[in-house]
Amino acid sequence: MSKLILSRRRLIQAGAVGAGGLLLSGCDRLTRKPEVLDFLGQAEDLHRVTQRGLAGDALAREFSESQMSPTFRANGSLAVADPVYRAHFAQGFSQWALRVDGLVAHPLMLPLSALKAMPQRTQITRHDCVEGWSAIGKWTGPRLAALLDLARLRPEARYLVFHCADLYGGRPYYESIDLVEAFHPQTILAWAMNGQPLEEQHGAPLRLRVERQLGYKHAKFVTRIEAVASLAGIYGGKGGYWEDNGRYAWYAGI
Amino acid sequence: MSDIAPPAEPPPAQEAHPQGGDLVKRHRLSTRLWHWTNAVTLLIMLMSGLMIFNAHARLYWGEYGANFDTPWLKIGSARIGTYEYGYLQVAGHRTETTGLLGYWQDPDGTPHRRAFPYWATIPSAYSLADARTWHLAFAWVLSLGLTAYLIWSLVNRHIQRDIHITRREWRLRHVWHEVKDHARLRLPTGAAALRYNTLQKIAYAIVLFGLLPLMILTGLALSPSTDAWAPLVTEVFGGRQTARSIHFLCAFALVGFFIVHIAMVLLAGPFNELRSMVTGWYRLPKEPER
Repeated sequence: MSKLILSRRRLIQAGAVGAGGLLLSGCDRLTRKPEVLDFLGQAEDLHRVTQRGLAGDALAREFSESQMSPTFRANGSLAVADPVYRAHFAQGFSQWALRVDGLVAHPLMLPLSALKAMPQRTQITRHDCVEGWSAIGKWTGPRLAALLDLARLRPEARYLVFHCADLYGGRPYYESIDLVEAFHPQTILAWAMNGQPLEEQHGAPLRLRVERQLGYKHAKFVTRIEAVASLAGIYGGKGGYWEDNGRYAWYAGI
Repeated sequence: MSDIAPPAEPPPAQEAHPQGGDLVKRHRLSTRLWHWTNAVTLLIMLMSGLMIFNAHARLYWGEYGANFDTPWLKIGSARIGTYEYGYLQVAGHRTETTGLLGYWQDPDGTPHRRAFPYWATIPSAYSLADARTWHLAFAWVLSLGLTAYLIWSLVNRHIQRDIHITRREWRLRHVWHEVKDHARLRLPTGAAALRYNTLQKIAYAIVLFGLLPLMILTGLALSPSTDAWAPLVTEVFGGRQTARSIHFLCAFALVGFFIVHIAMVLLAGPFNELRSMVTGWYRLPKEPER
């Protein structure tokens, strides 16, 4: 009798372990199902609408020099292999120019000297990486809004796409923002960091600062800004390198 | 937790003096709904949160913190000769955690150098983006659920009636008495099992008014957009990295609550406890015979 009970108990135990294992692996399959992730990913719209509604034009917090990170961590591409970039780098970017085109009335080619001659904004802000770390640094450059005023956006323009000189994992890096973020006073094209021209690892000669969003939106090595009506048809169509290559949110305010 | 039990409405006439063995209504529908929604939500939040932590397995104090700065907590892996091991480092002290944290093998035997192992994370294989999709979607369920539950529990007086800790209950002697009863596993019986005891009230109050709101606030403090429109949320904690540390500590305090919670359910009779949280009906434990 006790033998029977024992074997029955074993049977139940084995069944429970088996069912548990099935349940776990079933759950794990569920957590990776594209349909489920697409559904949950729709919360991104909720995040964007809520955050935008609450934030309005609010400025990102700015800090004092004493609050800056002793060493600012660089992430993503730390160097660029592109020969054209290397040639510009060797010349100190003296012959380099930023292209602004797409849905604009006046396409521009702006040399670094022209960008430096525009009214400058300097801000000490916290860079928040999607991975969880933060670093505080000082950024200087013209407001993106000033460039857009020069180029005159056409009415159908809705997004600005930032094309970069670097390849990450063999694919071109790019990012995009909408007009709300583009005309925000703290959205600048920084050519200086902590009072020095940008180092290569931080995106020389020019990087986007879009202070109310996570680090991957802050495109480095920017060579071209393209105004578009829709993000469809640009690379993977989701508006950015990480958005195309891994379900990262296009709205990166949280 | 186990030996709980406020009646939902004033008990019907025949149950005016309930005693051990009686089947009584114990949990309101709002409590039951919120309980099970939270059970699922918190599990998802925890497991997807552990995956997000895996992306940067260090914690700092202050506003900034990255690889060049000194973390107060770090999970990592290292190698001595050919021996590779995982470790947890807190305030400079390393403990080896091979197989559990920092260095572990998946079911196929492949070693991984990530903080939390596959069985503890959503999804099981490394994906910061998918973990964030789960975490941020269910953050809405958690925060809207908590808000609705707190408002409703004020309206139906659940908080005032069942969770409010009276002055008598705060007395040290009373609390000590309950601690001793719990330590001896002498759980309330009969009509006494209808009410939350002081330790339960304290535990629930800490979770409801402390840990859960702190989880939500420290989570919001991590958002660069929230930091723009509500800088105070980050500032009160002393910076984004401190908020991230508190987020992590509160998550583990909730895990601690969960373990005690499950232990008490098992000790108090899992069938009766589960029934009361599913159907609302609870059989009062019989008074000991004298």
